[in-house]
Amino acid sequence: MAIALETAHPPLAGKHLRQQTSRDDRIKLGFMAVIGLYLVIALGAPLFVMLSKSLSTYRFDLTAYEFQVSDGTGANWGPVVTADALNRQAGAVAEADLSTNSDGRLAATKFFPEFSFRSPVNYRIRGVDEDAAFLVGSTLEKGTAWREYDSGTFRRVVLRPARTIGLENFSNYFSTPALAQSIYNSVLMAAISTVVTVSIAFALAYGLTRSCMPLKGLFRGILTIPILVPSLLPGIALVYLFGNQGVFKDWLLGYSIYGPIGIVIGSVFFTLPHAFLIILTALSVADARHYEAAASLKASKWRTFRTVTVPGARYGIVSAAFVVFTLVITDFGLPKVIGGQYGMLAVDIYKQVIGQQNFEMGAVVSVILLVPAVLAFAVDRRMQKRQVALLSARAVPYAPKPNVRVDAPCFAFACLVSLFILGMIAMCQVAAVVKFWPYDLTLTTKNFAFDLMDGGGWAAYGNSIRLALLTALFGSLVVFAGAYMVEKADGFRFGRGLFHFLAMMPMAVPGMVLGLAYIFFFNNPANPLNPIYGTMTILVVCTVTHFYTVAHLTALTALKQMDPEFESVAASLKQPFHRLFFRVTVPVCLPAILNIAIYLFVNAMTTVSAVVFLYATDTKLASVAVLNMDDAGDIAPAAAMGMMIFYTNVAAKLIHALIARGLLARTQAWR
Amino acid sequence: MNRRMLFMLAGAVSAVLPTIAFAETQLTVYTAVEAVDLDRYKATFEKAHPDIKINWVRDSTGVMTAKLLAEKDNPQADVVWGLAATSLLLLKTEGMLESYAPKGVEALDKKFVDKDNPPSWVGMDAYVAALCYNTVEGEKLGLTAPASWEDLTKPEYKGHIVMPNPASSGTGFLDVSGWMQMWGEEKAWDFMDKLHENISAYTHSGSKPCKMAGAGEAVIGVSFEFPGAKAKSAGAPIDIIFPSEGSGWEAEATAIIAGTANLEAAKTLVDWSITKEANEMYNVGYAVVAYPGVAKEVEHLPSDIASRMIDNDFEWAANNRTTILKEWQKRYDAKSEPKS
Repeated sequence: MAIALETAHPPLAGKHLRQQTSRDDRIKLGFMAVIGLYLVIALGAPLFVMLSKSLSTYRFDLTAYEFQVSDGTGANWGPVVTADALNRQAGAVAEADLSTNSDGRLAATKFFPEFSFRSPVNYRIRGVDEDAAFLVGSTLEKGTAWREYDSGTFRRVVLRPARTIGLENFSNYFSTPALAQSIYNSVLMAAISTVVTVSIAFALAYGLTRSCMPLKGLFRGILTIPILVPSLLPGIALVYLFGNQGVFKDWLLGYSIYGPIGIVIGSVFFTLPHAFLIILTALSVADARHYEAAASLKASKWRTFRTVTVPGARYGIVSAAFVVFTLVITDFGLPKVIGGQYGMLAVDIYKQVIGQQNFEMGAVVSVILLVPAVLAFAVDRRMQKRQVALLSARAVPYAPKPNVRVDAPCFAFACLVSLFILGMIAMCQVAAVVKFWPYDLTLTTKNFAFDLMDGGGWAAYGNSIRLALLTALFGSLVVFAGAYMVEKADGFRFGRGLFHFLAMMPMAVPGMVLGLAYIFFFNNPANPLNPIYGTMTILVVCTVTHFYTVAHLTALTALKQMDPEFESVAASLKQPFHRLFFRVTVPVCLPAILNIAIYLFVNAMTTVSAVVFLYATDTKLASVAVLNMDDAGDIAPAAAMGMMIFYTNVAAKLIHALIARGLLARTQAWR
Repeated sequence: MNRRMLFMLAGAVSAVLPTIAFAETQLTVYTAVEAVDLDRYKATFEKAHPDIKINWVRDSTGVMTAKLLAEKDNPQADVVWGLAATSLLLLKTEGMLESYAPKGVEALDKKFVDKDNPPSWVGMDAYVAALCYNTVEGEKLGLTAPASWEDLTKPEYKGHIVMPNPASSGTGFLDVSGWMQMWGEEKAWDFMDKLHENISAYTHSGSKPCKMAGAGEAVIGVSFEFPGAKAKSAGAPIDIIFPSEGSGWEAEATAIIAGTANLEAAKTLVDWSITKEANEMYNVGYAVVAYPGVAKEVEHLPSDIASRMIDNDFEWAANNRTTILKEWQKRYDAKSEPKS
């Protein structure tokens, strides 16, 4: 627009003016490059490093070792032979068994079928290069010098694997039945949860937009509660409600809550708000004229529902379905607590990395987990592009009329779901203050004595608040500035497109995968950014990146509402863009910025998956403490810490509402 | 003028700094001991050696081991004080430990000292495999308490036993390696095949089975003695049972990280960590300690636990870990359906 203005009035575009705008553009471009670079470093590079890590395999390189065996006197040595030659002779180790993990060991005696540890025969071993490593018992030996052992010691000699590049990790993965089963389990759980959650969310959103049921505001509030708690908390609540000592154990008719049932119920709980808000938005843009047309054509209620209501919301429904599917398949906290023996991909990553220190296999599972998440994301993007504006300028907003036959069931259903949500939270509250469930039900505050437990104590809670505040502050700055560059900068179409693509990517990357990728990328002494590893900074960077997309879209929506004429006017008045930015853009978009800040705050308080690999001892977090305390079996303190997160988020929401009201009164008076 | 004063100040500061550093050495100590014990251990040691200050870095055994391995090329710790011996053995095979025979090491029970001379790690105390049996739930279901490992395979316990997953829990692995060392591999796999039929869940942590038994979520938790005693003190209706065949065990141990800049202070700490005084300190929570004759009875635990411990070959366990876990996962991890 500004370019058009210049060419249309060449006399006005004097030398000075052109310089002014191009300098502005350079600054804008510089900003865009900086934030783009941030996304590349915080997202692209770590993922790439992780991908290469998944191809890093360990293998016993038999050609790297040479042996010599003495005769019965122990003094006369036979010929020098490589382990490879010996193995081919004896057929001791199959080719497939040579691939292993970083902790693999292979006993040297396997190559000597006639070996006896009591014989007087002596053995010599050496590597053909400096890197060939072997252990004598637990002592590490390396190098090309001959080492001589009697047979009693030689039986303690084991070879160590060498690093190579290959696809063995993937073939190992798929040949381990339990691990491959996890793919099926994860997809199945995500699919079931998606169907259930989207149905419930649709019914609720329908009730709120198409009926005249009472207490709509209250229900809307209750339905967003699950966003305020970590996904581990519904797991803990379910243990208390339906576990073997659960209050309503009998309701499950003998089935165990640990496993698929628990995963689905918990997933519905924590994904419901996301689906509900998306479908609510989709349903609230209804054109009353469609309904009038349906009524005048004497269409039945059911037919109207099928041909007007559902098609109008279909993009919302698809979008909600993909969001729920991605959330469930990438969530790690819930299946960790309630999943029992039911293997899920996200938990597998945790087990491989924390349980077995097998980082390579963790990377393999991460790559596999990326596939469904990226697929869901791509399909959703595609659908979004096909969406056309439902609301034309002549649309008439739909206003439901009271109708007991619709309102009563809608109200009853909303009550039921609210009861479910409040019941789960209430159960956690009870769990947090009861002394020893289920044998001693007296009230106590000792579960809040976090300093006596695993997990990091009250310091972890303080760290979480620090992380949430820093994430909200820097996150809103980076995200809003980035969105501004994408939306308002002129030219550089390619650069802006690329930037937008980078900004959309975090949505498709599971937190766990991001966290693991950060270990590989930042915990490398050769990386100049290595010093931020193990600090609060890396947690902030990781959290901002993890939740970048939704914040970016919020900012973009707000900016799109601003007339581009502002830019042209500012340019023709020779105002530098930063003045326009701070005097006009930021104040106008303040509500959106505040929303981004609170979104980042709440999510930073509850996130587990992205940070579980990244926290250090002095940056432990409350949400991770919930996980670790539950892991150690201290479920009541875990519930107590979970409730602390909940209280904090409620308080943050209230403060946000107050600030928003105060600021909006000052900056949004023009609306 | 100003600049000159600044220089003088800098000179004065740099003259003072080394003396401060000399007077007080800071040691970064990695540990996995219980959070409750940290302050007590630090205070007791610093009372004996006021010139050395401990900076704890604490996490669970698995995380701590992963952290140490991740820092292999650029170690941050000076000393590891209170990590499973099996984990330390893993570090040793990576060449990460400084071998050192602390003063008075000959007084320790041989079981608690690395086989090599000089040793790379020295033990503090032991945690011993044990069963936590919920008497209230057991009675409700009409069960009798198990007395041996073999008892656990009885059909009546079907779905009532939880045990830690050896692939993700050190305690789980010490159980499995204990059975193998007691009975030989074949019989141990046979036993686990039958036990697997009765297991309702494999947990990620070693103390959780006992806490689950304490809360009635399971009837029998395969765990170790320490969380059992703790849960019982908290009011859990459980009996702590040591199976008659003997128990696998793990040592908590101390080691110096190779290449530490504070070698002298590190040696002082390791020297102190095996003294009688230190062992008395460990004995507050742990029934079996490395220094013979020190251990006093711990509440809720029998006095003869030491005699129930099997002859544990840490080296065998460490060198066969990968093979055992691969087989274990092939056999049992595939169970995807939970048993009710």
